[in-house]
Amino acid sequence: MVTPTPAAAPTPAASDTGLTPLEEELLRLAGSVPDPELPMVSLAELGVMRGLRLLGPGRVEVELTPTYTGCPALESMATDIERILHDHGVPEVAVRTVLSPPWTTDAISAEGRRKLAESGIAPPAPRDAAAGGGPVPVALAVRCPHCGSTETELLSRFSSTACKALRRCAACGEPFDHFKEL
Amino acid sequence: MTAALALGDDALVLSHRLGEWAGHAPVLEEEVALANIALDLLGQARVLLSLAGDEDELAYLREERAFRNVQLVEQPNGDFAQTIARQLYFSTYQELLYERLARGTGPFAPLAAKAVKEVAYHRDHAEHWTLRLGDGTDESHERMRRGLDALWRFTGELFEPVEGCEVEWHTLHDAWLTRITSVLERATLAVPEGPRRGGWAAGAGRQGIHTEPFGRMLAEMQHLHRSHPGATW
Repeated sequence: MVTPTPAAAPTPAASDTGLTPLEEELLRLAGSVPDPELPMVSLAELGVMRGLRLLGPGRVEVELTPTYTGCPALESMATDIERILHDHGVPEVAVRTVLSPPWTTDAISAEGRRKLAESGIAPPAPRDAAAGGGPVPVALAVRCPHCGSTETELLSRFSSTACKALRRCAACGEPFDHFKEL
Repeated sequence: MTAALALGDDALVLSHRLGEWAGHAPVLEEEVALANIALDLLGQARVLLSLAGDEDELAYLREERAFRNVQLVEQPNGDFAQTIARQLYFSTYQELLYERLARGTGPFAPLAAKAVKEVAYHRDHAEHWTLRLGDGTDESHERMRRGLDALWRFTGELFEPVEGCEVEWHTLHDAWLTRITSVLERATLAVPEGPRRGGWAAGAGRQGIHTEPFGRMLAEMQHLHRSHPGATW
């Protein structure tokens, strides 16, 4: 299921990103697919798109990284990517899962964070680059996405999906999901 | 791939045990937490077992003696405190093991680097509950103590070297014991005394020798796949 990532082959007409204009266009399309469980953000905004390569005429390989190893949304992400590329004239699409380097919440774009907060999910705090992920020991203030108060408390480290924790706001009383730092 | 089976079976079997809490956890938040931890472990198991062969065949069509998981993870859930004791012992071990594997260059490094961050949350969850139960009421303290004692004899096997894992097992053990001791002290609990392994020289889970409850667990886990081979929905 998981295979090592081959180094991106240099393409003669490559731009700064190492992608041809067609590859860039297809990557943009694939990245525009909404996350199945957080449909307010796209896969590109979530930072799970790792690359795309044109292997030959009508043959494309897409690299996708999971947020959590057991993320059940991965299969449906792959199906959605296949569908959108099929619809745009690519008959053969292979979606590969890559684990390395591991995804972190720092890969979520600023736009993605804004959309999460707008939908009532507190976005993750930036990780300390040296900390290496996992639970943040110091109780960093997490802002309530409803009223903006920082007086919030942790109810549970796990919520409706593995990537979220459940918190409650002391000011407005509303419970909310927090995309926890990873 | 002996090591892929050992680590993959640990994750798979513990995932199934935690899944048994669905519909039975003491509060809704714990229902969700235990299911999420189970899901993380299942994801790890899929990657690891795929390194060793076909994940479905390995999970659903092997006999008991072919499983290489440690006996700790196959132990029944018991009460909530006993499940937390199992989580504390195992997630502390798994985090330390994955930290070491992630630093290496072996076949498990990519998965370990990814999963160690998830496991840190599992360990954090287990530590917080150990503190709450140990330093809670007389009843919760007593139940936590019983859970820790009941599973203590399965902890020695965790540090049996697994062929194919480039890890210094004795330093892994020392780090584990230091960490467990510190958590239990803060939780006003004593580190259990008594032997760390069973008396049977033929080995334990890593050699395919399992405890009686494991057969019943496997029967349930494999029943659907064996009754309806290749079924999808």
